[in-house]
Amino acid sequence: MTKAAELAKMGEVLTNSQIGGRRNMVINGAMNVAQRGTSSTGLGATDGYYTVDRFGFNFSSTAARLTMTQTADGPSGFANCLKLDCTTADTSIAANEYIQLHYRIEGQDVQQLKKGTSDAEKITVSFYVKGNASATYTCEIEDVDNNRYNSQEFSVTTSWTKVTLTYNADTTGVLGNDNGQSMAINFWLHVGSNFTSGTHTDNVWHTTATQRVGDNQTSFADSTDRTFFITGVQMEVGEQATPFEHRSYGEELNICRRYYHELSGGSNANRLYTYNYNASYKAFLFYFPVEMRAAPTVAMSNSGGSNGTAGTLTKNSMFRYIAGGVTVGTAYFLYDFSFDAEL
Amino acid sequence: MNIESAQYGVDLEGNNAEIKTTIDGKEIFVPIDSANRHYQAILEWVAEGNTIAEAD
Repeated sequence: MTKAAELAKMGEVLTNSQIGGRRNMVINGAMNVAQRGTSSTGLGATDGYYTVDRFGFNFSSTAARLTMTQTADGPSGFANCLKLDCTTADTSIAANEYIQLHYRIEGQDVQQLKKGTSDAEKITVSFYVKGNASATYTCEIEDVDNNRYNSQEFSVTTSWTKVTLTYNADTTGVLGNDNGQSMAINFWLHVGSNFTSGTHTDNVWHTTATQRVGDNQTSFADSTDRTFFITGVQMEVGEQATPFEHRSYGEELNICRRYYHELSGGSNANRLYTYNYNASYKAFLFYFPVEMRAAPTVAMSNSGGSNGTAGTLTKNSMFRYIAGGVTVGTAYFLYDFSFDAEL
Repeated sequence: MNIESAQYGVDLEGNNAEIKTTIDGKEIFVPIDSANRHYQAILEWVAEGNTIAEAD
């Protein structure tokens, strides 16, 4: 690149305000936070979140099974990655089948894209990938509010490779400015003809399901030899991929807690004891470490036969009660909590 | 999500405050909040003809 071209590119970056402040719209892109654990096996039947925070799965009708782990591997500068290992192959792909690794984003966190306006911005997604063998997969930006899609194929080799994909600005489809899901980054890993039979073109916004994935797509489930490693996921405004924005573990963990957090360790750790609410009820009150995205789903265990009933459950706190007052000398407590407000 | 059962829980004033649900074999407590993904799934489950049991 000539000096003049370098200066022009720097000017472009400055104009787009990409070098100051937060650039990466992806939380936990370096895969360092894994509150749910570091390994989950037999995945493929049930959508949801496993191991690495904020990265979840959609599965449809596949017989394939895989193991997801947070693995201590990565390109230079990255300590961890998300690893997928195919443990049951599925080479007979029904039309409606798919395996999709997704990252979902609140509408209020993507307003800077100005999507659906005449000032709409381009979007650049970058990440590092490798696999057991060469493969081609698809990375899609999904506008959930307006059912619009833009996808591009990318290549995987046996070495860590940085992939940079810039998506065209979309002047159609305004995104909701709220705590609901408005966008997703979808990594299509295995897919049936319901999503491939149309004429796919990279980097075009459209609304047609059959055009979401191209003809070059590899099936991650074609062999139990298949692995897929990914880290350093970054999504930013504009058409320049800047270096990955590293954040401290503590900062990243607290951001993740808006969507999920837990107090685990068994009945001898992180107990929440009752207090005497009145003569008729004992109660529990717990304030969350951060305001959650929405009132969370709660799972927990108890020492006395009942988890009680919600008095109030908000994005800030949980109050529960159980009939019967506190008995002096008898401990009653809840433990092993998880609070889930994922998108 | 495979929803196996759902029952309302009431607050101290007797108002429906949460739904005790078994999803994929696990008991969880779901807030009545349209932004919660499990509540959204329960609403879809109800739309398919299922019923949330009243509180005990």
